Amino acid sequence: MTGAPLLDVTDLTVSLPHPDGSRLFAVRDLNLRVGAGQIAGLAGESGSGKSITSLALMGLLPDGAKVSGSAMFEGRDLLSMSARDRAALRGRQMAMIFQDPMTALHPMLSIGRQMTEHYRHHFATTQAKAMRRAEEMLDLVRIPDPRGALKRSPHQFSGGMRQRIAIAMALCCEPTLIIADEPTTALDVTVQAGILRLFERLRGELDLSVLLITHDLGVMSAVADRVSVMYAGRLVEGGARADVLTRPRHPYTHGLLNALPGAGGSGGMQTIPGLPPSIATHPPGCAFHPRCPFCAPSCKVDTPPLVAISDDRRIACPIDPLAPKKVTAS
Amino acid sequence: MMQMIRSGWYRLPGLLRFTLGRLVVGALLCVGVTFISFTLTQVVPGDPVMANLGERAASDPEIVALYRERYGLDQSLPEQYARYLGRLLQGDLGESQQTHRPVATDLATYMSATIELAIVAMILAMAAGVALGITAAVWRNRWPDQAIRVISLAGVSVPTFWLALVCLYVFFFKLNLSPGVGRLGPGTPAPPTLTGLYTFDALLSGQWGLFREALSYIALPALVLATYTTGIVTRFTRVAMLDSLGNDYVRAARAKGLPARTVILRHALRPALAAIVTVSGMAFGRMLAGAVLVESVYSWPGLGLYAYRSALTLDLQAIMGVSLIIAVIYILVNLGVDILYAVIDPRIRY
Amino acid sequence: MANVTTNTHRVGRKRRSEWMQPLGLIGATILIAFALIAIVAPLVAPYDPLAQEARRLMPPSADHWFGTDQLGRDVFSRVIHGARLSLPYALQLVVMAGILGTVLGAIAGFFGGWVDGVIMRAADLVLAFPDIILAMAVVAALGPGLFNAVLAVVIVSWPIYARVARSMILTLRQEPFVLSRRLLGASSIRTLWSEIRPNITGPLVVLVALEYGHAVLILSGLSFLGLGAQPPAAEWGAMVSEGAKYFDKWWMSVFPGLAILMVVMAANFLGDTLRDVIDPRSKRHLS
Repeated sequence: MTGAPLLDVTDLTVSLPHPDGSRLFAVRDLNLRVGAGQIAGLAGESGSGKSITSLALMGLLPDGAKVSGSAMFEGRDLLSMSARDRAALRGRQMAMIFQDPMTALHPMLSIGRQMTEHYRHHFATTQAKAMRRAEEMLDLVRIPDPRGALKRSPHQFSGGMRQRIAIAMALCCEPTLIIADEPTTALDVTVQAGILRLFERLRGELDLSVLLITHDLGVMSAVADRVSVMYAGRLVEGGARADVLTRPRHPYTHGLLNALPGAGGSGGMQTIPGLPPSIATHPPGCAFHPRCPFCAPSCKVDTPPLVAISDDRRIACPIDPLAPKKVTAS
Repeated sequence: MMQMIRSGWYRLPGLLRFTLGRLVVGALLCVGVTFISFTLTQVVPGDPVMANLGERAASDPEIVALYRERYGLDQSLPEQYARYLGRLLQGDLGESQQTHRPVATDLATYMSATIELAIVAMILAMAAGVALGITAAVWRNRWPDQAIRVISLAGVSVPTFWLALVCLYVFFFKLNLSPGVGRLGPGTPAPPTLTGLYTFDALLSGQWGLFREALSYIALPALVLATYTTGIVTRFTRVAMLDSLGNDYVRAARAKGLPARTVILRHALRPALAAIVTVSGMAFGRMLAGAVLVESVYSWPGLGLYAYRSALTLDLQAIMGVSLIIAVIYILVNLGVDILYAVIDPRIRY
Repeated sequence: MANVTTNTHRVGRKRRSEWMQPLGLIGATILIAFALIAIVAPLVAPYDPLAQEARRLMPPSADHWFGTDQLGRDVFSRVIHGARLSLPYALQLVVMAGILGTVLGAIAGFFGGWVDGVIMRAADLVLAFPDIILAMAVVAALGPGLFNAVLAVVIVSWPIYARVARSMILTLRQEPFVLSRRLLGASSIRTLWSEIRPNITGPLVVLVALEYGHAVLILSGLSFLGLGAQPPAAEWGAMVSEGAKYFDKWWMSVFPGLAILMVVMAANFLGDTLRDVIDPRSKRHLS
């Protein structure tokens, strides 16, 4: 990948206040890049900090959250810019799609109202123009009878249709980056496939960049160009999709892939033993060590740094048990 | 036959079906209310003969027997209830001992003043309560929230009758900002009766001076009557707003870059409003009850003052008439609120 | 396991700190202070509340802190003695209404069916009536007096307790521990008593705290209207009512009214804080 990426996140750390006065670190030292026209995947179980990451990038963290590091977007640092500039960017250059289309659309406002209000706010234009734009966008995401759809309420659409509408809504202001937080998780498998195809098509047609956040590596393998894997607030592995998903190097990624239905050469689905740590109880050392089959004594003490093992591949595991053997058994 | 009714029922448009259903429930409630008021007059251990005849007459067995026969007191309870219902349906609520007029006529005379007072107070309470509740929710757990919590708790704690007196003392006696008690100054003719609400009638007949005078008289009692309800509406709005602000669609609205004002007032308030409207219906009933205390201090010629005077002379018929009419108003208001709710929120129509 | 222990510890500490919230603490302190005043009233009151000894209608002074009323009685002493009426009668009211309502609500919730239907529809209907006016009607029939006022308000205020008790029991009935007791053959009444009672006590205590203020308000309101305590009783609402007749003698009604305000506000502060502290699972039954 050459040239400056569209979004370049460096050492992002997010902490949230705990009622007893201490701070919980939801994300630590996260590094992430999204190139122009790229679909970058961010994977991890629930509680791994991936959703907090997306909220931090959008500037929607709850009160009391503290953020450090930098997130360069189109040459400007999101984390240090004024709230006003941030608000001007939000929904305009960077848009967000939420997990559950059943709750992300306002139940009492018509589709037309919801699809035009931010367009009118960002572009200071007439309702008629905004409606035309909304109609085009609905057409783009293949909603039948877009004009009629604008007059209806969300509860008159199915889940898949609502997610299409949410995507169309995000596209209205021609954003360069879309952050999609588990956009297909709440949908049926057949509907999921349609939404993923839609992302691929839009990326091609609109030169859109997408940060796709999901716990589902199956979804990831379908569309992502690059994959980053998070565990307990830290990045554990990152690289091109084909590399990471076919030749995982971090034990956690390996475990995730084995847990996929129908995956894992060595005998079908295997779950990772143990439970993911909650945000309040990150174990010392490598956070994954209590569940790791390759755990060495040093893993319980030292936090492994993320190191580049090739041009385009980074892992946070000094043991590297899955490295290809020097002498390959043929 | 049932099948036909049923299939026809489901062919009605949703909102109409919902409204008809609520109307039936409301009508049943009204019948229940008459039952309660009848039961109370029966269960309460005061002897209606003693209460209504006075000691001398009650000691004469012949008069008592005649009285019992006249009012059907010698019949069985179900028969008495049937008679009672029959009289109610003809608009006969008995006779007031105090005014020696039919209770129904008295109620008609006094009702409009109370309705006017309650409407003005309700507008004040809703405006203040919703504004305070939104502020508290937006500043959750910070000092504005704490301050509003204390204010709203004070609002529901202050004895209405005492606040009425204190306000009268301060604003009328000391500061001379209020013209005093009553609906209009002595000698001022009332506006032509259109709705019975002086402020509306004055406005409708274009009498600006009269409108201002009526407004200056209603301001103080309405303000006092509104305090309690303001506290209730504030607390409820805060909870409903907190609920609403936590919704995905509010976060989605923020993610669209909409200004905080739009997010709060358009996206978060709207679903909260449905809940607020519901509580306001119940609060309205309580407000009508609170009117007794306010009206007795401000000589406001409404149902409350009438009930107060009737209670002092132990005039059971008159008080039962007032409670019956207020209970029916309460049911009707809540019926209206239910229907309004269905109009606001398209998901409600089943 | 170690983790679990520290966790519960943390929750316990947090709970206690919420208990100590300033509002709840202020409320509890004021209520206790008023209760003490009620107990020792004859010792602390400078004058006999009924003695007509002083000059009439005197404004507050060093001798008579709250002034004197139209009969030359010391308002300060009367306000202090007023605590002996308002506080215990309001307590009596919430206890009676609480027991009546809880029992009816528990029966409705536990047995369901037509029993539930009858009790809860009756509750709905009573709630449709304006409380103070219905109480006025009952008092008018029973005759004025503070105890009759209490009875009247019990009749109009039991439905709130019934609703809370019923909804809690409906939830608890589905809990595994109650179901298992029933499956093991425990009789309905015994299950009701041994398993459910301790679980609904907390929310009911909160409800009683919240309703206590309302009880003081409505009783003093009835007395103000002349339907509760009768003269010459030193009851706060009745005193405000007497003061209203001497409009420019503000001290006659301001001080007893302030006493009502303080007690009601204290009860509401306490009830409101308790509601926040209580287990969120039972909290929703109270709103």
